[in-house]
Amino acid sequence: MALDFSQILPTLPSLIDGMTLTLKLLVMAVAGGVGLGTLLALARLSSNNMLAFAAKFYVNYFRSIPLLLVISWFYLAVPILLYWITGNLTPVGAFTSCLVAFVMFEAAYFSEIVRAGIQAIPKGQLNAAYALGMTYSQAMRLVILPQAFRKMTPLLLQQSIILFQDTSLVYAVGLMDFLNTARSKGDIVGLPHEFLLFAGAVYFVISFSASQVVKRLQKRLAV
Amino acid sequence: MSKMIDINNVNKWYGEFQVLTDCTTSVSKGEVVVVCGPSGSGKSTLIKCVNALEPFQKGEIIVDGISVGDPKTDLPKLRSRVGMVFQHFELFPHLSITDNLAIAQMKVLGRGREEAMDKGLKLLDRVGLKAHAAKFPGQLSGGQQQRVAIARALAMDPIAMLFDEPTSALDPEMINEVLDVMTELAQEGMTMMCVTHEMGFARRVAHRVIFMDKGHIVEDCAKDEFFGNIDARSERARQFLSKILQH
Ligand SMILES: Nc1ncnc2c1ncn2[C@@H]1O[C@H](COP(=O)(O)OP(=O)(O)OP(=O)(O)O)[C@@H](O)[C@H]1O
Ligand SMILES: [Mg+2]
Repeated sequence: MALDFSQILPTLPSLIDGMTLTLKLLVMAVAGGVGLGTLLALARLSSNNMLAFAAKFYVNYFRSIPLLLVISWFYLAVPILLYWITGNLTPVGAFTSCLVAFVMFEAAYFSEIVRAGIQAIPKGQLNAAYALGMTYSQAMRLVILPQAFRKMTPLLLQQSIILFQDTSLVYAVGLMDFLNTARSKGDIVGLPHEFLLFAGAVYFVISFSASQVVKRLQKRLAV
Repeated sequence: MSKMIDINNVNKWYGEFQVLTDCTTSVSKGEVVVVCGPSGSGKSTLIKCVNALEPFQKGEIIVDGISVGDPKTDLPKLRSRVGMVFQHFELFPHLSITDNLAIAQMKVLGRGREEAMDKGLKLLDRVGLKAHAAKFPGQLSGGQQQRVAIARALAMDPIAMLFDEPTSALDPEMINEVLDVMTELAQEGMTMMCVTHEMGFARRVAHRVIFMDKGHIVEDCAKDEFFGNIDARSERARQFLSKILQH
């Protein structure tokens, strides 16, 4: 069987649209996931036992269930939750429900990275911040978190590369991301193998080169 | 002289282990008190209780009329008025020297950027490091970092300064540049509580010397009495002094 890649070029605009959606979802999910993950990490490290326990439960729960389940579940649940909160039926697209699912799910993983990052900062830094009259939240925002984030940037990026691949799971709720677009275009023109091979190559090139960049960054931060 | 720091029957436990037992002493306004004692005797713990970096379970500490242990006390505000210098400097490595000096002035005292920078540079000049303003802590030697740390504390216009072994992490050739800054500060009348084993500094600068052992304040007397009448000192203090003065 001869492979025919000539049909990829004409579908490139749709494929680019798909990749745009993938990247948009990725960037928003990473931003939200790191934000929520940081709050979870702070909760877990807090001296309030209830708060620490709730955060621990959250993290362990989301780390114990498959992402595909979370995506499907939020697709059904987000409209209902919104209805409870706002009281009126607002149609939510698959994109929004996927974004919520990714943020909630990834926050569990990001929070573990952030927690380790905070714990790696010597206790003396917090004491120094306190001794200057800073409150807990000032000490965290101005002294501890900036240092912690610098240290953990490579790990956060590594996790984001995994998330980049996992975004393809949105096919389950019919979102036209890059992979789903490639798959459906391949079916339409009758060349499914070529399109999937092409998609695979694109994922590989992006993920692999991003990993290389992260490795280099890691080396630079290590010195 | 009025009392700036008043420590009254302070007791502290880590779980079952009692770190501080019935510690009572005080530091008057303008007074320089040196705290010494063997490792693990509770010196750091006591000094950290003064600005509430460590809580204590029994007793009372009053700083400039304000009770440190009172749950109603605004601790950040109290701490902003008491400077502290640590063994390992604890400059903020992600900030330039100027920002290290300015950040708490701006965020805690609400000073404007320009005022904070001005004040920071003046103090940096005072500790002889104006040329290093744009550098980061990692680019300075230990002695330079510690001088910046002192300037950072002074930028808050403290009513008293606490030092926890400010020279014990330094190479010998850098100790004096830090002690010189502290000496100058003492001569200007700053109220100081210094945990240090630099007995030369204690002799020259201190008004009083406190010796701690196993969480107790064993000796608390005027400098001349402490160094001049060694035979009258407790057995533990004599042992400690003979060990430390040998080196
Ligand atoms: N967080 C803690 N938990 C339990 N024990 C502690 C803790 N911090 C200090 N200790 C113990 O309290 C005692 C007093 O410690 P502290 O650091 O005040 O001593 P120090 O006189 O400053 O000693 P050094 O000269 O070594 O600095 C030590 O026995 C130490 O092991
Ligand atoms: Mg100590």
